[in-house]
Amino acid sequence: MNEIVPVVEMTDISIGFPGVKALDGVGFRLYQGEVHALMGENGAGKSTLIKALTGVYTIDSGTITVLGENKRFSAPAESQAAGISTVYQEVNLCPNLTVEENILLGREPRRRGSIDWKGVRSRAREVLAELHLEHVDPGSLLSSHSIAVQQLIAIARSVEVSAKVLILDEPTSSLDAGEVAQLFGVIRQLRDSGVAILFVSHFLEQVYEISDRMTVLRNGKLVGEYLTRDLSRMSLISKMIGKELEALAELDEAPARTRTRSEEGSTPFLETEGIGRKGSVANVDLSIHPGEVLGLAGLLGAGRTEIARLLFGADKADAGLIRIKGNERKIRSPRAAIDRRIAFCSEDRKKEGLIGDLSVRDNLVLAMQASKGWARRIPRRTQDELVAEYIEALDIRPANPDALIKNLSGGNQQKVLLARWLVTHPELLILDEPTRGIDIGAKTQIQKLVNRLAAEGMSVLFISSELEEVLRVSDRIAVIKDREKVAEINNDGVCAEDVMAVIAGGTQ
Amino acid sequence: MTSLLKHRLAWPVIALAALLLLNQLFRPDFLALRMQDGHLYGSLIDIMRNGAPTILIALGMTLVIATRGIDLSVGAVVAIAGAASCAYIAASPEPGSPATALTAVLIAVVAGLAVGAWNGFLVATIGVQPIIATLVLMTAGRGIAQLITGGQIISVTNDGYKAIGAGYLFTLPVSILITAAVFVLAAGLTRRTALGTLIEAVGINPVASRLAGLRSRNIVWIVYVFSAVCAAFAGLMISSNVTAADANNAGLYIEMDAILAVVIGGTSLAGGRYTLTGTVVGAFIIQTLTTTVYTLGIPPEVTLVFKALVVITVCLLQAPKARKLFARVKAPARPAATEPAKEEVAL
Repeated sequence: MNEIVPVVEMTDISIGFPGVKALDGVGFRLYQGEVHALMGENGAGKSTLIKALTGVYTIDSGTITVLGENKRFSAPAESQAAGISTVYQEVNLCPNLTVEENILLGREPRRRGSIDWKGVRSRAREVLAELHLEHVDPGSLLSSHSIAVQQLIAIARSVEVSAKVLILDEPTSSLDAGEVAQLFGVIRQLRDSGVAILFVSHFLEQVYEISDRMTVLRNGKLVGEYLTRDLSRMSLISKMIGKELEALAELDEAPARTRTRSEEGSTPFLETEGIGRKGSVANVDLSIHPGEVLGLAGLLGAGRTEIARLLFGADKADAGLIRIKGNERKIRSPRAAIDRRIAFCSEDRKKEGLIGDLSVRDNLVLAMQASKGWARRIPRRTQDELVAEYIEALDIRPANPDALIKNLSGGNQQKVLLARWLVTHPELLILDEPTRGIDIGAKTQIQKLVNRLAAEGMSVLFISSELEEVLRVSDRIAVIKDREKVAEINNDGVCAEDVMAVIAGGTQ
Repeated sequence: MTSLLKHRLAWPVIALAALLLLNQLFRPDFLALRMQDGHLYGSLIDIMRNGAPTILIALGMTLVIATRGIDLSVGAVVAIAGAASCAYIAASPEPGSPATALTAVLIAVVAGLAVGAWNGFLVATIGVQPIIATLVLMTAGRGIAQLITGGQIISVTNDGYKAIGAGYLFTLPVSILITAAVFVLAAGLTRRTALGTLIEAVGINPVASRLAGLRSRNIVWIVYVFSAVCAAFAGLMISSNVTAADANNAGLYIEMDAILAVVIGGTSLAGGRYTLTGTVVGAFIIQTLTTTVYTLGIPPEVTLVFKALVVITVCLLQAPKARKLFARVKAPARPAATEPAKEEVAL
């Protein structure tokens, strides 16, 4: 393979941010017609490397060659012009434009100087058909589609430019199994047509399924480059987290926990009776006891997030009732829910969680401060103590309370958001996809944390697309399908296939 | 030195200093202060005194802008406050007494509170876009002021009232002291309480703020009320200075100067992080410009163009992209060989 010139070759790349050395002398090669996985924990430098290649960040030192040509990208447009196309973890499209406008934005076919809308429509249809998305109306607004479909449309945009290099940064984190299979079909199709594909994902199984080679990063440094078939899962993980295998084994079994079974007749912390909201979910009955973890399983878009939002007052329920500790309560706003000791970590960190331009400290104490009101500022010393405590307890890196939260990696941002709620000592913690886009290490930490919190008496509503994860942490599992609860399963000895069968087959 | 240059206030302060120096070059006694009849006199004092209403309004505007809003109605509030207080004094049985002056001030403040509450109601409760919501009173407010004055310019004679805009206390003009007090109050209120952080949180990410339990409605209300009350005080100053209420011209286009001061000071119109000190510097730049125009004897027809040039320069200096260009022009001058090693250490 050595005599073939790589499509992309990055040598000795370094990038630093204030207080963080994100990449330190990293090298990377990508060949035509391969799927190359970029592996590493959160904060290992994967996203930074991609952003260096796509011109979002300018490199401090090192060289980038594309097709043997030395390049120095200082804007995404330059990278795109060189044939590199990217689909990011969070969909970076314009929600208020139509699907076809998004696919062809900036490259609309023209006729006599003005946009040829008929051409736009037919080109968009062609591209969508290539991805088997015929059911998507090119004239519909992008925001009217689920995140999963938006992601596929983002890929469609890259397909449209017939890019030489396609970068997929966590493309599957919002997709269900069927959609993943569909995406992988497309990836293979593109690979066979000679596109070099850089694939980043936290789903190990997917990486092993789709990739030919992989490059492993750790703490901003290169660990090595491997053929996927030569590297076992265990040795990959140990390379990613830099720990020996015994330590890993411990990580693996740690989340298992003796299930607490709520005694019959005890008052649940929260109980709903037929709550619903027009156009959202209907007729949902749930109950969560203190010290219990209730998992919500179901396909993406089944209505899991919608239920969480109703319980938290982010959306107002227009049917049914909610009882807290046996008393009927109206929850009209997040503020009201928080006053009832309910906390909610949204699945959309960037839009619904982070205050990007504020520091880790400000973000961490925000919910607590909001509860106290603006007039009673949490004294600086108390803030510092709390922040130090949680930075240590949750292993938040960098351990710098003054770092702007937008400069942290996804997993560390998530930990700060968790800490934001933990300092308020909620009685019910609603976690919506708390481990999405997070590496194994942080994932296990969060799962352990959930177990510990439940053991301490907190009620947890745990929402995740990963069935194994829901099974690992939950005492009971409510299965949501087509915006209704279809079954409730006691988690004693059930396996993922059982739950899958319920999701597939309807009521048990 | 480079780290000083990177401070967000560096360029506004440099611009202000350069303007003051320019004046000093053309008029050697420009920076001099002198004492006369127990009052301080000098160009600097004039700049501060004349700039006081703009600074006041810009302070309120800063907080509004930090929440992603904007308040276009402040000019109209200036007119309303002046009209209401002067109309009250003129109609009162004792138009010269201090008690009347005090009541007049109260009336102006209440008017400000009412306008602010209305703006806050439109923006926070109804959810009207701030630029539209405050446009309502920007136009209608002047109408209200004219209704109060009956379309006339109301002149008043009241020493207490006159002191607000033209009086002296502790050797300094009262208007400067009021403005300084409001600045200290605003800075203290926002930074010693959590208000400042919460305002920034709402401005940076309103959705996340709501989900974190912030009562952003209250916070938005507070900033619009604060802005309008600042404008009411500015209205008192302006009308007191000329001892008359002019519903048509008092505070005309002052909202533009205030917004400009905020932007020059380094607070982004996109909301979020704000700096009150920057705003004050920005307002001083605008006021010093006006003075410079007179000092340099710039012909009136060139005045606006001159102002525009300075404003464009300051704004460009603050734009990250323009700064990068600037740095690239400067870059060849430094010795390239030794620099990387130093940067390593700095990291």
